[in-house]
Amino acid sequence: MKLTVLFFASLREQLQTGQLLIDSATVLPTVASLLDALRSKGTVWQQALSGDRLIAAVNQTVVEPCHELRDGDEVAFYPPVTGG
Amino acid sequence: MSSAARVLIGTESFDVGVESEKLRQQSQAAGALVIFTGMVRGHGEGGAISSMVLEHYPGMTERLIEAIIQQAEQRWSVVSARVIHRVGELQPGELIVFVGVTSAHRRDAFAACEFIMDYLKTSAPLWKKELGAFGERWAEARGSDIDAAKRWC
Repeated sequence: MKLTVLFFASLREQLQTGQLLIDSATVLPTVASLLDALRSKGTVWQQALSGDRLIAAVNQTVVEPCHELRDGDEVAFYPPVTGG
Repeated sequence: MSSAARVLIGTESFDVGVESEKLRQQSQAAGALVIFTGMVRGHGEGGAISSMVLEHYPGMTERLIEAIIQQAEQRWSVVSARVIHRVGELQPGELIVFVGVTSAHRRDAFAACEFIMDYLKTSAPLWKKELGAFGERWAEARGSDIDAAKRWC
């Protein structure tokens, strides 16, 4: 399963990663599964991707963690927004 | 006005007078034009701000703000609308955002403009970073903004 994962703002700085291309042999059925996989990458990932203030968007639409992923999806994770 | 041109996210500065005039000329049926502009403040939670950097999610920012405008059109009688939001590095006093709405009458124009701003502030993927003598600090989402958006429900 191929996914493009994007990180923005303070999350991007914490992870020192703006974009990750995932080519997973195992299917990641939901956004929650993807988050679990990302958290297992290390302490910084575990800390940065925890908490209830993380927002997820799939193909540029905000979704809940239970949202089902499809091959080729673009998934973005970001902190609460502060534009305007 | 084509929906594609209603939302502009970019690094270039804009002129409120020029943008207002463009909207006015596109709105022959309108009797009211309401504009909101937001500027970079000189002070933040961390202290005096020397500059601000605005980050966004190219593609999603435009789509989401366009969706907000469409929601406003469903609730109020909107003749035309335009949103401009700058990104990149800005200095204190510079204009960050422009929301312009025309309607037959002022009540709908005021309401739609405020609605668009309230929803933009709480849902559009944009993030502000403040720089100053204190170093760097990402602005934090405010409860008052979230409450402002909720009152439209």
